[in-house]
Amino acid sequence: MVEYRIDRRSGVATYLQIVQQTQQALRLGLLEPGDKLPTAREVVEATAINPNTVLKAYRELEREGLVEARRGLGTFVRRSLGSAPADSPLHGELLEWAARARTEGLDRDDVAALFTAVLEEKFPQASSGARQQPVPQHGTPTEGDPA
Amino acid sequence: MTDTAIEAADLALAYGRRREPALRDCSFRLAAGRVCAVVGPNGAGKSTLLALAAGLLRPTSGRLAVLGAAPAEVRARIAYVAQDKPLYPRFTVAETLRLGAELNPDRWDAALAARVVADGELDPGARVRSLSGGQRTRVALALALGKRAELLLLDEPMADLDPLARHQLMGTLMAEAAEHGTTVVMSSHIVGELAETCDHLLLVSGGRVRLGGGIDDLVNAHALVTGARPLTDLAAHTVVESHATGRGLTALVRPEGPLLLDSGWGVEEPSLEELLLAHLRSPDAPPLLTPGANPADRTAVAA
Repeated sequence: MVEYRIDRRSGVATYLQIVQQTQQALRLGLLEPGDKLPTAREVVEATAINPNTVLKAYRELEREGLVEARRGLGTFVRRSLGSAPADSPLHGELLEWAARARTEGLDRDDVAALFTAVLEEKFPQASSGARQQPVPQHGTPTEGDPA
Repeated sequence: MTDTAIEAADLALAYGRRREPALRDCSFRLAAGRVCAVVGPNGAGKSTLLALAAGLLRPTSGRLAVLGAAPAEVRARIAYVAQDKPLYPRFTVAETLRLGAELNPDRWDAALAARVVADGELDPGARVRSLSGGQRTRVALALALGKRAELLLLDEPMADLDPLARHQLMGTLMAEAAEHGTTVVMSSHIVGELAETCDHLLLVSGGRVRLGGGIDDLVNAHALVTGARPLTDLAAHTVVESHATGRGLTALVRPEGPLLLDSGWGVEEPSLEELLLAHLRSPDAPPLLTPGANPADRTAVAA
């Protein structure tokens, strides 16, 4: 079960903190398809935030296709994020690229800057990150889609 | 059943014929299931408003409906914790909870009340008079929660609690609201802690409701603008407060329609605290009730 950590001074809206922490848990494999998110009651009892804030976050995750609410049962993970596991060809290619960058004399900051620039170009974000880009619809069909 | 927890129309209360009324022209609506903060300076009328809703005071004029009825008719469905947390000082904690059980035979949740007390590691055999202020608050909240009321009216519930107890009891309150759809109304003058727990707000000052509505709606209805420009640029909008900053000015405005300002202005969303402070400093700013918080807007809602 994931636990949410609310930072009241971060300046990030509370519901967005829940959205981002869930996405992070999906990327890190802490949550996988079929896993249940904590109920609104469980979250608010631990964090003392308003229940509607949790529901708003879960609606946003649902809109992004990451979770689904099953009536009377709870909210469940539909698919994972970062669908490139460690043994995928993409991972290998990135390793090779990083090795080449090092032999060409780039340091850590240079590589990070280069990578961020390409990331911004290929995966542009809406202004100020207040809203994540919607999940592209043309990718691979969603895995773990309950038939 | 009603979708409205509290509805007030032109509500007024004066404690004596010659004294300034403690509340006047109060009109607002609070939908059921909300967690509402009643904020305002000392002496604003917050406690008066809560005592009226609890049916302990009778309005001098105006109407007040609680859970769709007169407050005195629905006392069994309301729990009210007064600011001074009145309890019987000679009762033990256990006896106080037993009193709660005896007085609320049909709805008492003994397990919940016992858990609230146990969370604070209170000795059930301790007499109430030997408890600290914060511990008494915990016992009073245990009584209120044990009643399983549909509407919780809490006057300054968190004022004398330590940070851990505050977090724990707020968590319990929010869990109740999440599971049972309980409407919670709590007064406070500490804004910070309310922003996370409450979704609805009533700002009371000078005996009047100055702002009423969903917190997000109220914040979105305002903008904080800064610019090296004259105030006349903002003439089309309601300026709640403005003051000089450097060569320009900063103003909290309530845009009437789209905020079309030239590039000399920077526009930001105010924080809840900025919104409240600006209104408290400007008593003449017109009040605002967002749709849904205004009794006059209810025509479309089937009762």
